[in-house]
Amino acid sequence: MDLTVLIAKAIIILLIFGITLLIATYSTYAERKVAAFLQDRIGPNRAGPFGLLQPIADAGKMFFKEDFIPAQANKWLFILGPCLAMLTALMASAVIPFGDSIKFGQFSIPVQGIEINIGMLYIFGVVSLGVYGVMVGGWASNNKFSLLGAIRAASQNISYEVALGMSIIAILMMTGSLSLRAIVEQQAEVGFFGWNVFTQPLGFVIFLTCAFAECNRTPFDLPECETELVGGYHTEYSSMKLGFYLFAEYINMFVSSSVISSLYFGGYHYPFAAQAHDALTNALGANTGHNVATAIGTVMFFGKIFFFIFFFMWVRWTIPRFRFDQLMNLGWKTLIPLAMLNVVITGAGLLFNFNYAPWAIVIGMVLMVVVSSARAPKPAVAVQRT
Amino acid sequence: MQLTNRSKQVSNKEMTLAEKMYLPAIVQGLGITISHFFKKKPTIQYPEVKRYLGPVFRGLHILKRDEQGRERCTACGLCAVACPAEAISMVGAERKKGEEGLYREEKYAAVYEVNMLRCIFCGLCEEACPKQAVYLRHDRMVPVFTDREDIVYGKDKLVEKMDDRYVRNNPSVQATPTEPSLSRSVG
Repeated sequence: MDLTVLIAKAIIILLIFGITLLIATYSTYAERKVAAFLQDRIGPNRAGPFGLLQPIADAGKMFFKEDFIPAQANKWLFILGPCLAMLTALMASAVIPFGDSIKFGQFSIPVQGIEINIGMLYIFGVVSLGVYGVMVGGWASNNKFSLLGAIRAASQNISYEVALGMSIIAILMMTGSLSLRAIVEQQAEVGFFGWNVFTQPLGFVIFLTCAFAECNRTPFDLPECETELVGGYHTEYSSMKLGFYLFAEYINMFVSSSVISSLYFGGYHYPFAAQAHDALTNALGANTGHNVATAIGTVMFFGKIFFFIFFFMWVRWTIPRFRFDQLMNLGWKTLIPLAMLNVVITGAGLLFNFNYAPWAIVIGMVLMVVVSSARAPKPAVAVQRT
Repeated sequence: MQLTNRSKQVSNKEMTLAEKMYLPAIVQGLGITISHFFKKKPTIQYPEVKRYLGPVFRGLHILKRDEQGRERCTACGLCAVACPAEAISMVGAERKKGEEGLYREEKYAAVYEVNMLRCIFCGLCEEACPKQAVYLRHDRMVPVFTDREDIVYGKDKLVEKMDDRYVRNNPSVQATPTEPSLSRSVG
């Protein structure tokens, strides 16, 4: 074991680190491209072919800008803010299983930074530390708008973390483990319809909504609400410190996309994965076949991640920002009770070994919607006609 | 009066449960935005592709010559008077013997300068000119300059070249190679 495994682990960790940074970099490009396409524009296309060098140009711009620290700011905390945001964002991807395992010789190394049996808890811990970056930065700026943005970020993250945690308790009850790898493998065992999105539809919607809020993405990007708070918590920031804040947001997006993919969309599992694995091991030998199957799974996983990153952007350029009271109402009065109900119903279903019980809530809600719109009074004012 | 029939009168009735849930509306909105994702983009890649701006576009100034190549301008100064930005200045001179092939009438402009920084491209000089000497051409814009010395255009730049004559309704003149022929503007 020892040295070989250690080197392999180091390579995997560095690779994950590099890939995370690369994806975050190109997310900024993708964000602008997606925004442009959704608005009938073309987007950046001048720097390199299709504008592919745009992120590098942006980074160059950020580095060459004046790195300004306001006189009244708390200097060290001001510097610590973006560092914390970046650190916590990068830490989270360590426990995400990007693929099954690589076999060479008698070694079998999982494609994952570290496999710990409390993976999900680790992610929650690290992600909730992320708000300190925003909080510290906003406070250290010594600016009312920054502080307001930071307070908003803190209250929003705390409120939505409750619902976030509640929504996956149902999954933990079904899997009996906090390890992300165990959750993925449990979904892979059942097959395509074992994906948690099919067993936990309501949990998925709640988790997705909370993930948007945790990443401070539209429609919940109130901490950096430029219409009300100038620039929110990063009003006073310039140069690469601002760059780090924005970059951390994209890394968070990548991490939440991969968490969503592994919790609800089977991670590196894909339909007929077991059959493909058998066919490949028969054709190419036990080790090579297994490694090829792992590679296919990893590609599938990244496909899912990219879809969710796209979805984040798609939603951002569709839905306007919530008002703060609406945000709080949605979090405390809707998502948390629904998540609790989801836990109860899932538990009741598990009692009878029935995994698809949460559909009862969905069906119930659809029925309520139909009844309420049937009973709703007709609009008082008819649509105006010429 | 109603300009479109898309306006709706707002009613403040209580929202139904479906409306309170946002989700149907969000899905509808996502559908609308994704339909735009695949639409043809109306963008024109500007410096490479230039739009045809029409036969009435007012671009770069030109001092016309007549059919025999004689300068039409008589330095009457009406363009300078008409110019609201005071961009035009000129010095008149009398035609000497033997210069009949160069200048159409007995008086001509020895110096004719347009300050392109002052010019607002209103076209009043063109309207004021009694000799049809000054035009703002529709197919060429004032090129980018980087030096202040370059921006006062003298006769060397303004007078029409005999091998590159400007005809406003010439069907063979095109704004850019990529654009449709100007023939449609012949009237």
